[in-house]
Amino acid sequence: MSEEHYLELCENPVQFEHASSVNNVFFDEANKQVFAVRSGGATGVVVKGPDDKSSVAFRMDDKGEVKCIKFSIGNKILAVQRTLKSVDFINFIPDYPHTEFTQECKTKNASVLGFCWTNWNEIVFITDQGIEFYQVFPDKRSLKLLKSQSINVNWYQYCPETTVILLSTTVQGNVLQPFAFRNGTMCKMSKFEIELPVVPKPAKLSLSERDIAMATMEGACKKTHVLKLNTTGKFALNIVDNLVVVHHQSTQTSLIFDIKLKEPDSAVNMHQPVLPARSIHPYRIPLAGPAVVPSQPPVPCQLYSSSWSVFQPDIIISASEGYLWYLQVKLPPAVILLQDKGKLMDFLLRRRDCKMVILSVCSQSTSVCLLGLPVVATVFDKLNQVYKEYLEAEQTYTAVSLLNKRPVRTQAVIDQSDMYTHVLSSFTERKGVSHKFIIAVLMEYIRSLNQFQITVQHYLYELVIKTLVQHNLFYMLHQFLQYHVLSDSKPLACLLLSLESTYPPAHQLSLDMLKRLSTANDEIVEVLLSKQQVLGALRFIRSVGGHDNVSSRKFLDAARQTGDQMLFYTVFRSFQQRNQRLRGSPSFNPGEHCEEHVVHFKQLFGDQALMKPSTV
Amino acid sequence: YNSPAIIPGMQEKQYTPSLLNFFIYNPTFGPREGEEEKKILFYHPSDVEKNEKIRNVGLCEAIVQFTRTFCPTKPAKSLHTQKNRQFFFEPEDNFWIVMVVRNPMIEKPNKDGKPPTVEYQEEEILDTVYGAVVRECYSMYKLFNGTFGRAMEAGGVELLIQKLEKFFYRYLQTLHLQSCDLLDVFGGISFFPLDKMTYLKIQSFVNRVEESLSLIKYTAFLYNDQLIWSGLEQDDMRILYKYLTTSLFPRHSEPELAGRDSPLRPEVAGNLLHYGRFLTGPTNLKDPEAKFRFPKIFVSTEDGYEELHLIVYKAMSAAACFMISASVELTRDFCEQLDGLVGPQLTLLASDICEQFTVNRRISGPEKEPQFKFIYFNHMNLAEKSTIHMRKTASVCLTSVHPDLMKILGDINCDFARVDEDEEIIVKAMTDYWVVGKKSDQRELYVILNQKNANLIEVNEEVKRLCATQFNNIFFLD
Repeated sequence: MSEEHYLELCENPVQFEHASSVNNVFFDEANKQVFAVRSGGATGVVVKGPDDKSSVAFRMDDKGEVKCIKFSIGNKILAVQRTLKSVDFINFIPDYPHTEFTQECKTKNASVLGFCWTNWNEIVFITDQGIEFYQVFPDKRSLKLLKSQSINVNWYQYCPETTVILLSTTVQGNVLQPFAFRNGTMCKMSKFEIELPVVPKPAKLSLSERDIAMATMEGACKKTHVLKLNTTGKFALNIVDNLVVVHHQSTQTSLIFDIKLKEPDSAVNMHQPVLPARSIHPYRIPLAGPAVVPSQPPVPCQLYSSSWSVFQPDIIISASEGYLWYLQVKLPPAVILLQDKGKLMDFLLRRRDCKMVILSVCSQSTSVCLLGLPVVATVFDKLNQVYKEYLEAEQTYTAVSLLNKRPVRTQAVIDQSDMYTHVLSSFTERKGVSHKFIIAVLMEYIRSLNQFQITVQHYLYELVIKTLVQHNLFYMLHQFLQYHVLSDSKPLACLLLSLESTYPPAHQLSLDMLKRLSTANDEIVEVLLSKQQVLGALRFIRSVGGHDNVSSRKFLDAARQTGDQMLFYTVFRSFQQRNQRLRGSPSFNPGEHCEEHVVHFKQLFGDQALMKPSTV
Repeated sequence: YNSPAIIPGMQEKQYTPSLLNFFIYNPTFGPREGEEEKKILFYHPSDVEKNEKIRNVGLCEAIVQFTRTFCPTKPAKSLHTQKNRQFFFEPEDNFWIVMVVRNPMIEKPNKDGKPPTVEYQEEEILDTVYGAVVRECYSMYKLFNGTFGRAMEAGGVELLIQKLEKFFYRYLQTLHLQSCDLLDVFGGISFFPLDKMTYLKIQSFVNRVEESLSLIKYTAFLYNDQLIWSGLEQDDMRILYKYLTTSLFPRHSEPELAGRDSPLRPEVAGNLLHYGRFLTGPTNLKDPEAKFRFPKIFVSTEDGYEELHLIVYKAMSAAACFMISASVELTRDFCEQLDGLVGPQLTLLASDICEQFTVNRRISGPEKEPQFKFIYFNHMNLAEKSTIHMRKTASVCLTSVHPDLMKILGDINCDFARVDEDEEIIVKAMTDYWVVGKKSDQRELYVILNQKNANLIEVNEEVKRLCATQFNNIFFLD
């Protein structure tokens, strides 16, 4: 079972003093900071953030029970709410006066529900009668009202990433009014209504802040997506790695939803959980203090405890135990739990740290022949779809580099080299797998690349050839080459040449390939000369117009090696004629190093056979 | 080159070469005198008198023995006489196949009721062509029966005689000696031109079928009677291809063309219409009486040969041959499974290929009647291409040029066979045609140009142009 827990709490939680009668704990979602306020601050406030930089400790006067406490962005100004009417401020900027200053809400008879920092010096008060948007002047220890809006508010939620505040209005509380804040401006966005499953009569507040979670997710979700929970009770939401995690307290399990995963058979935005419900991976709390007795095992932590608070996107806080965890998604269990490999790929390709998991799935699907080629093909197609999209983005970027941002290469981009290194090369070596299947898989991958019009890398062809040669499947190789399935390249042509001794037709295949490349005329000449086809080489180089530039020595060497005197004569005369045409004299230049051939020619045919310089 | 003399006004009768005798013997089976008949395993025509059979076999034996004294490894391959030509072939140790072909002849009527004069044209037929025909006879026998030796092992001479009788009785009727030519020498395979992507799709199809129906050992894929993929080795494919294209496919396409036995038998399988049907085995799967027997073929393996069921399954113009070990008994279940799996996919592929094919044709533009005709053959992959031959039918293989020109092609081919070097031969035929033969490495190209007033240089240029347009993607020495 343990390998099926796909959710886990992070290993290094933020630790703080647990909540007690003398210690109040607060969490600021904007800065992800936990505040432990001892005795109203008099015996100390310890602020712990996600990293050490955002951690602070200080003291403040106990002026009553703290209701809410938050730093402005960058820990510049601390705001503390102790009453329903006002908020107190303390400067944390060095050299600025440290004395507290206070701001009462402007609206008469309104109570402050809370406040949100939208900038280092901009703050929004949310009261039951509306919102007030202030700018703070820490040097003057005063605030200036920038904007306000009257509206009945039940509760609010703040999304720090987008600086959007969502207000619950109307009696039932199900009409939500978002406001966006940016650089001193406030923007009222269009409101929307949450459908209530049952409309209560008489009307009463039916939607609570616990029912709503705001988070940023990759890609705009224009419509609400409906998550099918198939159960009832108390839920809490986290967003991790673009997945919606729904915790269900009574069953002590969680579900994950991938709102981008399309359900083939259901209505557009209905979502089933991706994986069956599982609890978070059991977690043990290491005993505090440096002098832990080694024999004492860590204490198991009670998961889904009622003292847990869940914050966006991925934070779980246990105030009673003094821990802040980040929730993490583990991908390997998904491989076991998700039988449909196509769906699994869709799921994995959208996860952050997916590369190695995907590659391991590929190794598995190829080695476990049980899955079958169609599944392997689907997996390849899905990978190459993402790969192609990236290549295209990269191409557009290079074409119009000024216009676009360089595309981000996510882990989901699995290229040919990844596949070669982690999957295919070891796969072809694997014992016990039929070579038929190995070749089928390689061809399937090449088919998939071709289908997405991705240029296949040479090393994949090499792998195919190596595998075919290893199993003596030369005729198969021949057919692949005949249909240009293995695209032409010089390295491939050379590889073929090297196969000639075991498979003679490789010679012809190689020459054809060199010919088609049209940039390999020198290589063709070399091949022909090595086969003692001197005349053929000569005729070829003449037909491509390279006759004037070739080394006469190379040809004469080859001609002499054949031992065919007439051939040597012909080649020799042909180069004399070339010399005559190019330089007006049939003799060879010293740089051509043909002296020994001239001597040889004279020995064979006599001085008089040499072409005489034409006397014009 | 000789052209048959044309004498106007005379009622001449021209006789094409024809099969006179065809026999198979093994001299070791009746070495003693009086037992000569035992040597004869097969004799066509069967109604020949016994002594004549023995005489003819004896003569061949003697010739082979006699010529062996000159060259023990290469005994005579053919014997030319005025009236006929004999071809000797020893496919297996001591087993000889002999084919006797009557030379073509012209019968000239004589005046005054005298019997007509017969003029034999001894030089008109080519050893290479008919030698190849004999070898092919054996290959075809071997494809369906295995070697002679195998029959001997299984059931002695009686079984061999029975098998030979059964096979050659029908096979010899399909030999059309009058239309044999250079293509028989090559015994090539016509490949279907295809783009890479469609080819890969076919690969994928073959692999998937072989995976889900793991009984299938080899697959071959053809379209329009042209080969696209062969899982068999080249030599086996060569003869199987010959059988498919000259015997099995024509047998089935003719009723199709005639409108009988319509292939449009939309079969509802998993909501998918498909046009798949078995060309071998059961004609109708639904028939409760259907037999699930398929022809068996023999193909070579690393250490001998293996016997396979040959399932040929066709959807529209695409045909897939599936080969399964003969030791497995094929059932209705299996055939239904194959039909359900392959039918829809093959139908889809066939229409894909067809679409691709028409797209390519549109790009290359309407086919103009070119000024030349050619035959191309590559010894390496057996690829053959001919614009001289019409589509083959079951009965005849038609050529669009005069037999004399075909003869010239055959002669050039013989010249090429004699030397290893690349060479080029240009011939001006009597009828104003130019015939050009080129040999480059393992490839041969024969071009017939119809340019009356062209000179040698122009013809050479024309052939160069042809190579550049038709064969630009292969290495062909100028």
